[in-house]
Amino acid sequence: MKILDYLHSHLLILDGGMGTLLQARGLRPGEHPEHWNLTHADDIIDIQRAYFEAGSNVVNTNTFGANPLKFEAEELTRIIEAAVRNADEARKRAAGEHPKYISLDIGPLGRLLQPFGDLPVEEAVAAFAEIVRIGSRCGVDLITIETMNDMRETKAALLAAKENSSLPVLVTNAYGEDGHLMTGASPAAMAALLEGMGADMIGLNCSFGPKQLAPVARELLRVSSRPVVLKPNAGIPRDVDGKTVFDVGPEEFAADVAALVREGVRVVGGCCGTTPEYIAALKAAVREIEPVPVTAKDETVISSYTKAVSFGADPVMIGERINPTGKKRMQQALRAGDLDLILEEGIGQQEAGAKVLDVNVGLPDLDEAALLPQVVEQLQAVCDLPLQLDSADPVAMEAALRAYNGKPLINSVNGKAESLAAVLPLVKKYGGVVVALTLDEAGIPADAEGRVAIAKKILQAAEEAGIDKKDLLFDPLAMAVSADPGAARVTLEAVERITRELGCRTVLGVSNISFGLPARGALNGAFLSAALARGLSAAILNPHSPEMQRAWCAHRALHGLDADFSSWLVFAALDTVRTVKAEDTAAVPAEEPADGSALQRAIVKGLKDQAGALAAELLTETEPLALVQQEIIPALDRVGQGFERKTVYLPQLLMAAEAAKSAFAEVKRVMERGDRPAESAVRCPVVLATVEGDIHDIGKNIVALLLENYGFAVHDLGRDVPPQRIVDEALRTGAPLAGLSALMTTTVPAMERTIALLREQAPACRVVVGGAVLTKEYAERIGADHYAKDAMETVRYAEAVTAEV
Amino acid sequence: MSAVRVFSPPPLPPVDRREVWRYAGIRNRLEGEPQLPQQGEAAAALLEDCLAEVLPTLRCRLAHVEYPLLIEGDRLDLGFAAVQSAALARCMAGCSRFVLFGATIGQGLDRLLLKHGRRAPASALLCQAIGAERIEALCDAFTDWLEAEVSPRGLFLRPRFSPGYGDLPLTLQREILRALDSPRTLGITLNRSLLMSPSKSVTAIIGLGPLQGSPPQR
Repeated sequence: MKILDYLHSHLLILDGGMGTLLQARGLRPGEHPEHWNLTHADDIIDIQRAYFEAGSNVVNTNTFGANPLKFEAEELTRIIEAAVRNADEARKRAAGEHPKYISLDIGPLGRLLQPFGDLPVEEAVAAFAEIVRIGSRCGVDLITIETMNDMRETKAALLAAKENSSLPVLVTNAYGEDGHLMTGASPAAMAALLEGMGADMIGLNCSFGPKQLAPVARELLRVSSRPVVLKPNAGIPRDVDGKTVFDVGPEEFAADVAALVREGVRVVGGCCGTTPEYIAALKAAVREIEPVPVTAKDETVISSYTKAVSFGADPVMIGERINPTGKKRMQQALRAGDLDLILEEGIGQQEAGAKVLDVNVGLPDLDEAALLPQVVEQLQAVCDLPLQLDSADPVAMEAALRAYNGKPLINSVNGKAESLAAVLPLVKKYGGVVVALTLDEAGIPADAEGRVAIAKKILQAAEEAGIDKKDLLFDPLAMAVSADPGAARVTLEAVERITRELGCRTVLGVSNISFGLPARGALNGAFLSAALARGLSAAILNPHSPEMQRAWCAHRALHGLDADFSSWLVFAALDTVRTVKAEDTAAVPAEEPADGSALQRAIVKGLKDQAGALAAELLTETEPLALVQQEIIPALDRVGQGFERKTVYLPQLLMAAEAAKSAFAEVKRVMERGDRPAESAVRCPVVLATVEGDIHDIGKNIVALLLENYGFAVHDLGRDVPPQRIVDEALRTGAPLAGLSALMTTTVPAMERTIALLREQAPACRVVVGGAVLTKEYAERIGADHYAKDAMETVRYAEAVTAEV
Repeated sequence: MSAVRVFSPPPLPPVDRREVWRYAGIRNRLEGEPQLPQQGEAAAALLEDCLAEVLPTLRCRLAHVEYPLLIEGDRLDLGFAAVQSAALARCMAGCSRFVLFGATIGQGLDRLLLKHGRRAPASALLCQAIGAERIEALCDAFTDWLEAEVSPRGLFLRPRFSPGYGDLPLTLQREILRALDSPRTLGITLNRSLLMSPSKSVTAIIGLGPLQGSPPQR
């Protein structure tokens, strides 16, 4: 019987721990247990046979740490082949009539994936793929992905399993004491991803004993439509007379796990510290328990790397601002490969109340398939909201789906045969909730009836593609009332009917309704209220729009969705601030004239918002460049001199610089409006980077900020940057100066290599270096032109270099 | 060999703001100048904002294991690895056992650092200073506990010693994380330059020795 058929009507018993048993047989500290498949096959077979005989249906191969990052290809193949052979031999030798399966065991790679680690996601997928290919070739019944600490790595492993075999997959994560993965994911977020990608069993292992793991197990039972797996430790280890003893014994362990089996857990075993004795006790404890059927949960859920967002009675606000259409600055930034503005827009919308961010980077002259995944990765590094991946290009969509950490919203599919054929397979493979537009080859139906009919057609196609109804979010399309006075009525009716008749959730891009009319905000707000009242589950809108916020918050307050009115009170307070702000731009404490203008005081005091507002005000009558020369630079100089005299400290210097930056942003805005390239405000290019291998960038970012404030065009390449990339950028920009940062002694050699390469290929470029481990002498020894002890000194040196060229 | 044990820290003491300022680059200046001059208030307010942001993201984990120790000249047999290090040999002189531990405050802080990064370097600076203070507080909580744990055996703690100190090679990190069974107990990983992730993580060796030799200290 195939394992999933067996699981359908039975509990599945897994095996227990391996490490402590190998240590008892002489495995030395620091020795790779995987080598024992080759050197101590009899010991491995003995242990695995004992598990089968204790009642395990599934025994894992001894391959937890067997991966291509630790072992050479040839050795890896030998280890995995031997491991499967050993498990198979154990199965042959084991007594007992119960079904016995062998699972290929896959643990974490031991390196963290980008952007927080240095392992590119596709390299991780390739590493897991190698394990899966070798293992499945050897003939296993199942793949187990276990003890995963990181959602992104879990996804990479599952993707590799799905792409390289047709075997069932069991996935368990290691949750911490607070019920989250160390990298932040909640069980609901994890379950959404795993189920979406088609894991066959999902659960948790390791970390603690069964009592401590119970809350996470229950949470998974609540959200999961797949069988839930539980594989706890035998509690916590202690030393007793030089021997390791775990504090939960076999009987207690078995009773605790059995209690959770009664609540619905279907797949059980043990992790660290458990032995065949534990499995035998467990087997006995669950013998009489009738397996609880696994039920499908009808929730429309997406997730980020930390949290899940559900679509239901409480509407979900989707921020629409990350989209270059009609946004000149964003277009320019995207063309220049500068993602800061996008990240800023993402964080700003989150602060304004968005729960999901739409991400669209489609521009005719950009390589969307390369850019979209990059933006997704960067955005997810700084923002924990789920994303709505928005692209008409299936290649870009697939690239983004691979890069996305979680279960995304996919924007979009429609009723056209071509769209259904291109998008639905992606939804099926990568998981996700897909926005379904009610249009097809014949266009957008003029009435609600036609839109509901297309919705039904899409439902049918999704079902055929193996996609659950709950993973569709219908958009019945808001059209301009200025073109058709009945447009809003039709859309509202369609929202209501799709909700009521089809039992599906809906979404609308709201603002199109007012296209071509004045006072659009008021119309949009009224339309949004009407749509929400008809049951709209989500809206794509501008979270910064006061009218939208008003309609949104009022709806929630009036429909019992904001029971303590906390959101309404926050909205009300902000609304008051907005009104006051409109009348009085900035309230900077008045001080003696010697302190300079209000803008200068705001910069010196590090008041970011005021500095921006005051600059905007001054720019109505002052020339942009004059503002920079007469206000911004002098204020900064005062703070900078204070820093050099040690009367001002680094945090204060930075706050002043951030305030100056927001004033500078206003200057750039005005210059762009006036058809003057903002470049005329800047002095000369400087290339900055934290060198290869080093991931510390706080110091480098400080230098970047100050240089920008002093008018330099900073080309910041980020951290962990290969030498050639720095040289290429220096050549491309013609920068007379490159600044390199390194914090660790181990990464200074990379700095030295970078300098050597610059000397060879870009000899005109000077090099200034800084970072915790560097000294003047050290800098000279590795060939730098200058050592700067802090950011201000870098600015002074940059000024000196500019004066020369 | 002993088992790797997971240490559940008691609630950490409140954040020592003076320590945070010190890590943020206001080094030893506070003594003479009790208050921050000029824009001090704004900076103090920013620190409170950063604390409110950082503290909920902390996910502390610590795992430790005890080993017997053999020292021959500059060579040390650590049980899980053998190393050559005059500095470590000096620090551990007279010890016949040691404790190896790894600790982290989790990845939440790294996300905040990336979020603030270029957008708000002042916040990034303060957040990382808070992280530095907290990982030290975690290590201190552990050494306090360990001290109480081993003193009935007549043993005292030597100072913490980490790879990269003196001549103790950073490459030892690989063996250390393996000996601590990091994937199961800590979740700390190394990149190709042997830097740890989460960035606010510590691994260290603490000698357990009789009172003579170096005095017990942190």
